[in-house]
Amino acid sequence: MRIICFTLITLFYTSCIAQQSDVVIKVPNGFSTSNVAKDFGRVRHIAVNSNGDVYMKLEKLNNGKGIIRLRDTNKDGKMDDTLKFGNYVGTGIALKDGYLYASSNSEVFRYQLDNQLNIIDTANPEKIITGLVDKRQHASKSITLDNAGNIYVNIGGPSNVCQEQDRQKGAKGMMPCPLLETAGGIWQFKSNKLNQSYAEGVRYATGIRNCVGLDWNNEVNELFITAHGRDMLFQDYPELYDQKKGAELPSETMYMVKKGDDCGWPYVHWDHFQNKKILNPEYGGDGKKTGAENAINPLVGFPGHMAPNALLIYTGNQFPEKYKNGAFVAFHGSWNRAPEHQEGFYVVFVPMKNGKPTGNWEVFANGFSGMEKVTNLSNAKHRPCGLAQGPDGSIYVSDDVKGYVWKIQYNQ
Amino acid sequence: MNKRIITLGLLVLVVLLVQSQTGDVKSKASIKRGKLVYNKYCLTCHQADGGGVPRMNPPLIKTEYVAQDKDRLIGIVLKGFNQPIEINGEEYSNVMASHAFLTDLEVADVLTYVRNSFGNKYAAITPAEVKSVRSKK
Ligand code: HEC
Repeated sequence: MRIICFTLITLFYTSCIAQQSDVVIKVPNGFSTSNVAKDFGRVRHIAVNSNGDVYMKLEKLNNGKGIIRLRDTNKDGKMDDTLKFGNYVGTGIALKDGYLYASSNSEVFRYQLDNQLNIIDTANPEKIITGLVDKRQHASKSITLDNAGNIYVNIGGPSNVCQEQDRQKGAKGMMPCPLLETAGGIWQFKSNKLNQSYAEGVRYATGIRNCVGLDWNNEVNELFITAHGRDMLFQDYPELYDQKKGAELPSETMYMVKKGDDCGWPYVHWDHFQNKKILNPEYGGDGKKTGAENAINPLVGFPGHMAPNALLIYTGNQFPEKYKNGAFVAFHGSWNRAPEHQEGFYVVFVPMKNGKPTGNWEVFANGFSGMEKVTNLSNAKHRPCGLAQGPDGSIYVSDDVKGYVWKIQYNQ
Repeated sequence: MNKRIITLGLLVLVVLLVQSQTGDVKSKASIKRGKLVYNKYCLTCHQADGGGVPRMNPPLIKTEYVAQDKDRLIGIVLKGFNQPIEINGEEYSNVMASHAFLTDLEVADVLTYVRNSFGNKYAAITPAEVKSVRSKK
């Protein structure tokens, strides 16, 4: 009897816990978090409209649909209306000048909004970009728009470091890397022209392995990106990089990129200990030799492999002054640090003025993984993947493990 | 007459027992060596618990590739793997390179380890089986 009672109590207790948000998100003093979405699956990037509608782009169809709009119709602070549309999976989503833009892994579509901010025709978007490289690896197409009618699309390099045989231990890097002609960079297209492909686009910046986070910085009117560095330095070159170094290097990076810029992939990686562009061993590097002297330097070098999946330049007035024009970066969390424990799974803040960092980056929101230390990646409860700013200056963080979205507010 | 049958039966039993024991000891040693190979060449991608990396590197827990056709499994390690596959409704985007540089014994050991870890319980793989797949190339 006693045992039965005990079991029942335990069962009741654990189910109570399971009902609540399954992790506690830690934010700085004065900030609070709330859950605005739960259990939508692989939610990648998100966008929030001027009326508070939250758009989520899914990497796995939910009831056959790849975009979900959440709306709070009665303005009680809870999302009470769910609209699902778009029959393709993908990562990128953005709102600009009366249109919603969304990407698959090879195309970009746009949907016109009416003045009630409803999509006029969810079934028939305009296809503005088509035929982009999708070779499974680094295939997600992140997007952002400027104020001059252009849209920027990340086309990730389908390779680790452009070796003759991809990811083969000891394989040499190709010189020059042929992948750079159609991938490994950011392409610029017109936001209002149909069916554009490489011929109609401009390779805006190159030498970027896989930039998943990008945002237009309105303060300086330039494109900002966060890029994923190469994998396997320790695994493929243990004589040059020990287990610890291979976990910390290369840096994950944030750049300001101007038209024509080259960030150096696959020839070099950024090393935030030496503050240099270090030649990759596949191209003859020894851990010290520098290379790609024409390539630009990043604004920030973060620890290795943490996977910066989203970038948001904060323009709101709600957060304290120090946050204005600074950058929030959502780190998806590493896998390539094993057997060391994994890192990331948090949102960091980089203070900036005039497009330049004014201090060190700091962890802003943490606890998404639901554990102190993640050793095995599949145990992480949530992984931050998208960021958006709401009309009141709150920010939103999405997760692509279970499809949660959190709203972070400042309450004085 | 009766006695003889019983003695014979007992004898067969003992032989079988000893055989299975040495088989056990053999595969135990192979699993132990295989773990070292796994940690060096597979762990980063497939993780220490064989759980993989969501949407990048697939898990090695009771998948059809691990559980079924031995030749196909050996082939994955020797030739690498880069084609769309689905495991439990998920697809994986990364590329697995060839590990043909491993010896027949290392490949047998690592696969025997994988087939007897992470909740898996499948028959051992022998160097002879690896050798035969390698020579078929
Ligand atoms: C660079 C990362 C990487 C490394 C290192 C690696 N694999 Fe894989 N492995 C993959 C990927 C990615 C796939 C799926 C490829 C695909 O979808 O085409 C895979 C598939 C497999 C599969 C079949 C699918 C499944 O999950 O059952 C097996 C078995 C496997 N790997 C075993 C191994 C073993 C054993 C080693 C070490 C000798 C190893 N792998 C090393 C990335 C890796």
